[in-house]
Amino acid sequence: MLSDVNLWPLIGVAIIIVGFVLRFNPMLVVVVTAIGTAFAAGFPIDKILATIGTGFIKTRNLPLIILLPLAVIGLLERHGLRQHAQNWISSIKSATAGRLLIVYLAARQLTAAVGLTSLGGHPQMVRPLLAPMAEGATEARYGTLPERIRHKLRAFSAATDNVGLFFGEDIFVAFGAIVLMTTFLREAGIDVEPLHVAVWGIPTAICAFLIHAWRLYRLDGVLARELAAEGIVSLSAAAKTPTRGV
Amino acid sequence: MTITIQHLYYLVGAVLAFTAVATLTDRSNAKRYSTGLFWALYALVFLVGDLLPALWVGVGAVAMALIAGFGGVGAGKHQGPSPSQYAASAKRLGNKLFVPALAIPLVTMVGTLSAKYLAIGGAPLLDPKNTTLVSLGVGCVVSLALVCWLTRETPAQGLRESHRLTDALGWALVLPQMLGMLGLVFSDAGVGKAVAYVTTTYINMDVRFVAVAVYVVGMALFTVIMGNGFAAFPVMTGGVGVPVLVGVYHGDPAVMAAVGMLSGYCGTLLTPMAANFNIVPAALLELPDKNAVIRAQVPTALTLLAVNVFLLNFMMFR
Repeated sequence: MLSDVNLWPLIGVAIIIVGFVLRFNPMLVVVVTAIGTAFAAGFPIDKILATIGTGFIKTRNLPLIILLPLAVIGLLERHGLRQHAQNWISSIKSATAGRLLIVYLAARQLTAAVGLTSLGGHPQMVRPLLAPMAEGATEARYGTLPERIRHKLRAFSAATDNVGLFFGEDIFVAFGAIVLMTTFLREAGIDVEPLHVAVWGIPTAICAFLIHAWRLYRLDGVLARELAAEGIVSLSAAAKTPTRGV
Repeated sequence: MTITIQHLYYLVGAVLAFTAVATLTDRSNAKRYSTGLFWALYALVFLVGDLLPALWVGVGAVAMALIAGFGGVGAGKHQGPSPSQYAASAKRLGNKLFVPALAIPLVTMVGTLSAKYLAIGGAPLLDPKNTTLVSLGVGCVVSLALVCWLTRETPAQGLRESHRLTDALGWALVLPQMLGMLGLVFSDAGVGKAVAYVTTTYINMDVRFVAVAVYVVGMALFTVIMGNGFAAFPVMTGGVGVPVLVGVYHGDPAVMAAVGMLSGYCGTLLTPMAANFNIVPAALLELPDKNAVIRAQVPTALTLLAVNVFLLNFMMFR
C-alpha cells in the first residue's frame, strides 16, 4: 500500500543537502543525517547506534583501495617518482596536458570495458603518475606554473580517470552493476540478457568519450589563455619574440 | 590457505595502529592526542570490528565523526628529502621507478583474471568473493617488496610513508565508509520508498517523453543524494522504470537499465557523497578546494545527462 509509506525519513535528504550547502564538516553532516533519518523512521536510540555500527562494518571494504597502496606510493615519491614522471613526459615534444589526458581517457575507458578496472585509480595512478605528467607536459611549454593552473590540471586528471572508469566498466558483461540490474529486473518479472544491457550502454559510453575528449581538446587553449592573462607565454613563442612583454 | 578480505582488514588495521601510535608520539602535530585517538578507533574497526557488538561500533563511529567534525584531526610535519635529493634520486633510478608503481595494477589484473585457476590443495588461493580487492592487496605487498629492494629502504620506512600520506588525507580517508554506512541507514529507514512514492504521486507522466526525462534525471538526482548509482537503480526502476516506461509505454527494458545506470553515473560525477571518486582525490592531490574535481566534471556530466534523455527516448522505443 503506497499510502502507508512513511515520508518522514525524507528529512534525511533535507539534512544532508543543507549540511553540504552550509559547508559543515562532511563527517559531522553524515552522522547527524544518519541519526536524524533513523530517528524519523521511529528507531529507538540503541537501534540507531546499532544500525550505524552494522553499516560501518559492512562498508569496511571501501577504504581498502586507498589505504593499501599508500606505503608503496609514499616510498616511490620519496625517491622522486613524481619528478621522474614530469621529466619523462617533457621529453615527449608533442605532449600537451590535453592530448595526454585524451589518450589516458581512451585507454582507461577501453581497459575498463574489458574488465580491467584496476588499471588506474586515484592513489596508484593519478597522484603519482597522471597528474605529475599533466603538470610536466604543461611546464615543458610554459616554465613554472602558477598554483591555480597546477590545481586545475590535477582536478582534470582526477576527473578524466573517473569519466573513463564509469563509462567503460558498465559495458563489461561480468561487471557487478550489470548483474545487479538483471537480477532486479528478473525479480520484477522481466527477463533480459546481460549482454543486451552491456551493448545498449555503448552509445552512452561513446557520447561520454566524445564530450569529455572535446573538453580536454579545448583545455590546452583554455590554459594558454589563462596563462597569457597572467603574463606567461609559451617558451617557444617567447624564444621567437624575446622582446615582447606579454 | 585462502587469502581473504579479512587478512586485508588485519593488515590495514595494523598499519593504522602504527599510524595511531606514531601520531601520539609526534610532537610536531599540535593535535596529536585527538588525532591519535581518531586513528586508534579506526584501527580497532578493522582489527576487531566484526567481534564487537554493533552498538559499540556505532558509538565509535559517532565518536570519530565528532573528533573530525570539531577539528580534532591534525597532521604532523614530515621531513622529506630536499628537492635536490629528489632530483638526484629520480635521475639515478629513472624508469625503474615506474616498475613498482605499475606492478600494483598489473598484479591486481593478473590475480583477478587467474583467480579461478589458483588453488592450493583444493582450496582457492584468493577469496573468490573478493578477487579484485584481494588481488589488489597482494599486488601492494609484492610492490612493497619490489620498491624496498629497488631503493634499499625498509618496510618500516614504508609504514612511515603511509603515516605521512594518511596525515595528508586526514578524515577524508574515512568519509567514503561513513557515506556507505549512511546509504545502508537510508535503505533501512525507507528513504528510497518515500522518494519513489513522492515522484510517482506528484509528477504527471502521461507524456512519454516526460516519463523518460523523469527516469533519467531521477536516476542522476537520487545518485547525487545517495552517492551511488547502485542505490538509486532499484528505487527509480522500481518506482518509474518498470511500471511506467516498460509497463505503460512498452519500452525495451535492456535499454532502460543500461542508460538508466549510466545516468546514475552522471550523478556520481556531481556529488560530494561519492567521496571515493570526488573528495578523496581532491585530498590526495592536495587541492585547496575540496570540490575542485566535481567542478571539473560538471560540464561533462550535465551534457551527457541531456544526451541520455534523448538516447533513451529513441533507443528504447525503436
